This record gives sequence, structure tokens and C-alpha cells, in this order.
Amino acid sequence: MSLDRSSLLRSVREEFLVLGILAAVALLSAGFIVAVFPTLYSLFWSSTCHSFEVGLGAFSTTWVGQQLSTWLGLSFDPWLVCSGFLQRGFTAGILIAITAPVVGAYLVNRQMALIGEALAHTAFGGVAIGLFVGAAVPSLNYPLGFALVVAAIAALGMQYVAVKTDGYADVPIAIMLTGGFAVGVAIISYGVTFSATVESYLFGDILFVPFENVQLMVALTLIVAATIALTHKQLLFITFDREAARLARINVWFYDTLLIVLTALVVVAAMQILGAILVAGMLVIPVAAAMVLTSSFTRGLVLSVLFGQLAIVGGILSSAHWNVATGAMIIIAAICLYLGALAVTSLR
Amino acid sequence: MTSAISVDDVHFAYDDEPVLRGVSLSVEQGAFLGVLGPNGSGKTTLVRIMLGLERPDAGRVELFGQPAETFTDGTRLGYVSQHSTDADATMPVTVREVVTMGRYAHAGIDRLNDADHAAVDDALERVDITDIAGRRLSTLSGGQRQRAYIARALASEADLLALDEPTVGIDADSLARFYDLLGELNDEGITIVLVEHDIGVVTEHASTIACLDGELYAHCETSAFLESDALERAFSSVRVANAHRPVGGD
Repeated sequence: MSLDRSSLLRSVREEFLVLGILAAVALLSAGFIVAVFPTLYSLFWSSTCHSFEVGLGAFSTTWVGQQLSTWLGLSFDPWLVCSGFLQRGFTAGILIAITAPVVGAYLVNRQMALIGEALAHTAFGGVAIGLFVGAAVPSLNYPLGFALVVAAIAALGMQYVAVKTDGYADVPIAIMLTGGFAVGVAIISYGVTFSATVESYLFGDILFVPFENVQLMVALTLIVAATIALTHKQLLFITFDREAARLARINVWFYDTLLIVLTALVVVAAMQILGAILVAGMLVIPVAAAMVLTSSFTRGLVLSVLFGQLAIVGGILSSAHWNVATGAMIIIAAICLYLGALAVTSLR
Repeated sequence: MTSAISVDDVHFAYDDEPVLRGVSLSVEQGAFLGVLGPNGSGKTTLVRIMLGLERPDAGRVELFGQPAETFTDGTRLGYVSQHSTDADATMPVTVREVVTMGRYAHAGIDRLNDADHAAVDDALERVDITDIAGRRLSTLSGGQRQRAYIARALASEADLLALDEPTVGIDADSLARFYDLLGELNDEGITIVLVEHDIGVVTEHASTIACLDGELYAHCETSAFLESDALERAFSSVRVANAHRPVGGD
């Protein structure tokens, strides 16, 4: 792989255009999540909750509902969609299941699946720094913001190493993965007071998603959607044939950097539900399931998002039903989908 | 008219192993250049340098009058390399998606328009793979894949088409059609650079020949080349002789 930095100078106008549009999208998203989104959110969930109350109430009186209740012990309580913490969890989960598989589709097909894991562990270091700073300065108590900054810096560092070493080699990824985690553990062991919070970032906690993190997720989803809409062609071309993309004078260095920074953003966003340890699963598994079922990359992209949604909803419902960790159930649900996809392929 | 490609005193080495030494040649617009030479003679490296994919250690390379490293118009260049990409064996991508990539340099960050889709349809038609346009590339034979790459280069409507052993894996029936197609494209004014092992094929179709083995042994009209002893000298160079020397023994 050759990463020619002089190509940055060649097509600089297109890159400035992309960055300019993304900056505008980021500004508009910020305005949207502050001014419009809270109203939309409460309208949506209050009407959804009301519909479920009415619908489930009616269903529970039917013969099928009574049989399900009698034989399987199912209750038709709409709390899953009416409780505030699960509403926030569902919203964040559904947004993660859009952004993570979309970004993951390019990573998986570049054999870069572990980059997400490395960035998540580095972001965990950022969370630890954020918790530490937040404990000292309460006005800066926003660990996810710190994670975002640290992961973005780590992503740029990884890109720099990739340029220097001519590829995303295993060794720098392993060093970054363990190094970021080591920094996190070191800081946490110094200030032991926030261990419960730490655990939620390590393993994910759907009960833990505050509304401002849902707002952050919405903004990130809009930025990811805008980036992919603008640069899908370039990202796909480089993913499939880096050499031909260079010949077409596509700025490979710029788009590689864009993708890895995007990955860092998605990983940080997904960390709150899946945790630093499991987050890479959402980048990889729905994509892997989709890719064995389809012939086309674009259809695979859509199918990845669909599988991501099924894994999130299946994971949240099964975790509520069996009272086990949500992040773990989401990943297990995704793996079940992957195995199902493999079975379908082998039967063809 | 400026040359399509101008290479002036180019030197290139991989890890201190010299590959090209003082190579100079120019390819006029509309020419059909055949590049010949033994294995390891630097043919592929020369083509990659011509296209700006590698930077020479010394010397100048120009594409359409501009230095190759700052040449920005990717729409003018098409390349079919001798081996497929790593991704084509695993990645789900249809033949049509691959051929459509040929239009990406034209579209930039805009959406593909009707003209782009028409060019893709035309390219698929020209290499006779319209019927397999919806199939996953990894399920195709080597020859069918190679035709998809050729169609991608055609869809880009490039002025300069470089082909590095493009017929590897293509069945004998398709070969004649493929070279006819190259001839047609050349007649339409497209500059073609063809690297091939098959000396007979190259000398039959190319109007000029470059024969090299690290250094340039000949660069002339095909008829003059056939009358010269350049081929014999290139294939019996010291490097080639050493490469074929038996290993071991006394």
C-alpha cells in the first residue's frame, strides 16, 4: 500500500469542499440537537408509549394474548417503551446500529476490523481522563467528550503510523490498543471513587445513557450520514482497489484519514451501550453477516444496517427478558444473525 | 502536439536493487506502444512510473505535458494491472459496481448522472459482460474478472490506457476479440501502452515497441524493431543469464 501525501495537494479543492460541507452539517446538527431534537424526542416517545399502552392492552384481552400470557408467562406491560431510561437506550442503540455497520462495511472489507477495537480501548483511556478531570473540575464532567478528543487524536496517530509504515500493521494497532487501556486503568486505579461509572464504560450500560449523550449520538449520526452520502464513491473505490483509486487521482490519504476519524467518533458513541470491550462487534458482525448474503456492496451496506437494528432490538429485549447485560446480549444477537446468514448461504 | 507520456533519464531502485537505469522515451498521443522485456526487466515499474503511481529516484516523467506527480486529471488515465486486487476475492461487489468505479473520477463528490450510467452500459456491452453485470465479482472466472477491469478502464473514457498483461486468464476465443477492441480504441485516438509476455501479439498490434531490461534496448517503430537485434540482446543480458544460472552443483 502506498500512501502518497503529495496527492493531498493535487485535489485539494474537492477535499476542502468535503470538509466545508461537513463543518456546515456539524453546525446544523448542533443547532438541531439543541433546538429541535428534544421536542421531537418527547413527542415521538410519548405517542409511541401511548400507542403501545392501547395496543398491548387490547392484545392482552384477545385469545392469543391470553394464551401467551398463560403458557409463556409473557406480560404486556408497555414499560419497555414508556420508561425514560429505556427510551434513551433504544434511541441511542438504534442510532448506533445505523452508524456502526455503515462505517464497519468499509473497515471490514479493508481487513481493518481491529482498528475499531484499538480506538475503543484508547477512547476508554479518554473516559478515564475525563472522569478524573470531572472529579476535580465539576464543570468539565463530560467523560465522553474527552473520549471523543482522545479517540480522534489516536485515530490521526494511527493514520500517521500507517503512512510511515505503509499500512495498518498489527503491531502499532496492538500497542495502541493495550497502551490506551493501560492509561485508562492507571488513572482509574489512582482515583477509585468512580468504579461503577468506569464499569459502565467498560461493559456498556443501557441504563446509563443520559439525554445529552443521546443528543450527541444524533449529531454524530447526522455527520456520519452526511460523510457517507458525500464520499461513498471514494471510500468504496479505495476499499476495493486502492491502486486504481490513486490512478483516478482520488486523494487516498485524505479519505483514509476521514474514515479512521469517523470510526473513532462512532466507537465513542457506541461505547456507552456496548462498552469499550464489545464495541468492535457492532462495527464488524452485522457487516460480516450481510456480506455473505449479498453480491453487491451497496445492498450489503443496507443489509448491515438492518442486521444492526435486529441485533440492537433483539439484544435489548432479550436482556430485559432475562435480566442480563445488554451489551453482551446485543453482540450475541448479532452473532446469531451471522450464524443464520452462514446457514442460509450453505443451504443455497 | 504534446506527448501523452514523456520519460526522461528515469532511474528507479527497490531497496538498492536497481530496476530502471536511465530510461528515456516518449509516447505520442494516439500511439500504440508495446513494452517487451524478460521477467523482472522493469516493464511494470516503468508503466507505474509513467502513470505517476511510483515516483522515480531520478529523472523526469510527464503526462500530457505536466509532471506526472502533479498531474491531477484522473479522468484521462485508465489502467488494467496484471493481477486482481486483494478485495475482489472476498468483497461483495458486482461487476456493474466495479465498472461504475471507472466513472468516479468524472463525478467527484457529485452524484453519477445519466451520461455516467450510459458510459458504464456501453463499456459492459463492449467487452460483452452485460449479462453478468449483476453477478458478484468473486464468483467469476479469472478471465471474466479481467474483462470487468477492462470495462472499468473503458468506462473511464480515458485518453491513455495502460494495460499490464491484461489477458492473463482470458480464454483463447476472447483474446482475438480483446485485441480487436484495443485496435478499435486506438483507431478512435486513445493512446495505448501494452505490456505483454507474448512477443508475437505485441508486435502484431503495437505501432511502436519499447524493449527493455533495466535499460532501454530499443524504442522504435515495430517494423524497425523486428529487423533489429534488440530483443535478442535484452533476453540474453547478463541479468537474465544470471537469473537462469543453475543453483548449487560445483
